[in-house]
Amino acid sequence: MTENATDRGWFAGLEPGSVDEAREAIDSGGAEAPADWPELAVDAGFAESESEYYDLLHEATITATRATVVDREQADDKQLLHAVRAMDDADRTANELAERLSEWAGTLFDDVGTGVGAARELVDRDPTTPLEARVISLAERVDDLATEADELRAFIQREAPEVAPNLSEMAGPVLAARLIALAGGLETLAKKPSGTVQVLGAEDALFAHLAGRASSPKHGIIYTHEYVNGTRPEDRGSAARAFAGKLSIGARIDHYSGEPRPEIHEELADRMSTIRARAADDEEASQ
Amino acid sequence: MTELPDGVERRNFDGQQRLSTQGTPVYGEPTDGDWRLWDAGRSKLGAMLESGMAVDLSGVDSVLYLGAASGTTVSHVADFAGPTYAIEFAPRPVRDLIGVAEDRSNLFPLLKDARKPESYAHIVESDLDLLVQDVATRGQAAVAVDNAQFLADDGLLCLAIKARSEDVTADPETVFRRVREELASAYEIVDSERLEPFHADHLGIVARKR
Repeated sequence: MTENATDRGWFAGLEPGSVDEAREAIDSGGAEAPADWPELAVDAGFAESESEYYDLLHEATITATRATVVDREQADDKQLLHAVRAMDDADRTANELAERLSEWAGTLFDDVGTGVGAARELVDRDPTTPLEARVISLAERVDDLATEADELRAFIQREAPEVAPNLSEMAGPVLAARLIALAGGLETLAKKPSGTVQVLGAEDALFAHLAGRASSPKHGIIYTHEYVNGTRPEDRGSAARAFAGKLSIGARIDHYSGEPRPEIHEELADRMSTIRARAADDEEASQ
Repeated sequence: MTELPDGVERRNFDGQQRLSTQGTPVYGEPTDGDWRLWDAGRSKLGAMLESGMAVDLSGVDSVLYLGAASGTTVSHVADFAGPTYAIEFAPRPVRDLIGVAEDRSNLFPLLKDARKPESYAHIVESDLDLLVQDVATRGQAAVAVDNAQFLADDGLLCLAIKARSEDVTADPETVFRRVREELASAYEIVDSERLEPFHADHLGIVARKR
């Protein structure tokens, strides 16, 4: 870097009234140490007086901060909901097409495997006939779709912690996004009782239970989390209930305050280790 | 003893002498003329003043406020102080903070992470009189030490430490002792007190920069 960031204030090189540049400087700039910026701004001719400097600073910080908040919030829960549904669609479609592809390609080439991996191998072949060209082109579609699904996943992993910091910390960004999508938004998730959060994604089983055809589901989509599926079956109900309870608290904090709250994560970790200690206790008792 | 700065007064609200400042109301607080109630139950700095800690705010002009949230407390600070820089990390409360700042020409809202002072040192000036910190993150003492660079020599720190943000399982007193030790590298502690009954498991610390 040629610019010396240590002695330049946010106003360095700004023309008066250049709103976008001021926002950029406030948002992305930095310095190693503070300085007497009001005096330096007057010396540099950015402002006539310190009081004019403060007026300019007031306007610039409000404009910049408001724009940044809007940007950050447009990374909001509804966008996440679309992203996670698109990711699932892309994933599912890639797998369906890969199956079709593998069936078709198997009639033309030797040792064609199955799945997205096999499709990616086919992409590297050079077609020798118009027929092979179609099959390889289809393989390219599968490759593209699977890549799109991966990129959507990476996007969700980046964005979910912005939208729902506590939920993402507890559940992981992708499961957090799925819970938001299943509920229809962060606000609706925040307003659901934890018993509902516990069985989100297990609606079929829940309705079968309500119709008297099955026992009540112990867990829905949260089963994909290690806290639930990594707990022994007899304690899984407790684990799912405790996990869902904390998730719904996390969703409420994320919706109403939006601030990270480290202590609830520790409480969850404590609770889970208590539940898992039962397995160890039983093992000891049986010896 | 608490020295109230010009612009902060105890006035009569519902038959009790309560802290208040002059400014545009922010959160539906009771008012007496253009004086508005500063509720110690909603503000850790308010609680530190109300409980009679050795907070000498007289002569305080410029302020850096870390963890401004939606601006409840910082609105009162900007009512009595001069240039007031408000740092908050979460976008949602900052929406409200901007509303508070619009009515106060000396309040500068910034969406920044208090753990990264280099990301706002090009905006926040040096030689400030007061640093107020109320951030619910692990490493609260380190944040105060890292931000001491903004204070003038002898500058004042008013710090609210939330025990549960550091370690939920540890005894709050143990957490508070560790915090005091860590602060000593940059500050001399003038007073420290639990903020009960206003805020449970919080410690208020008043310190001077070394």
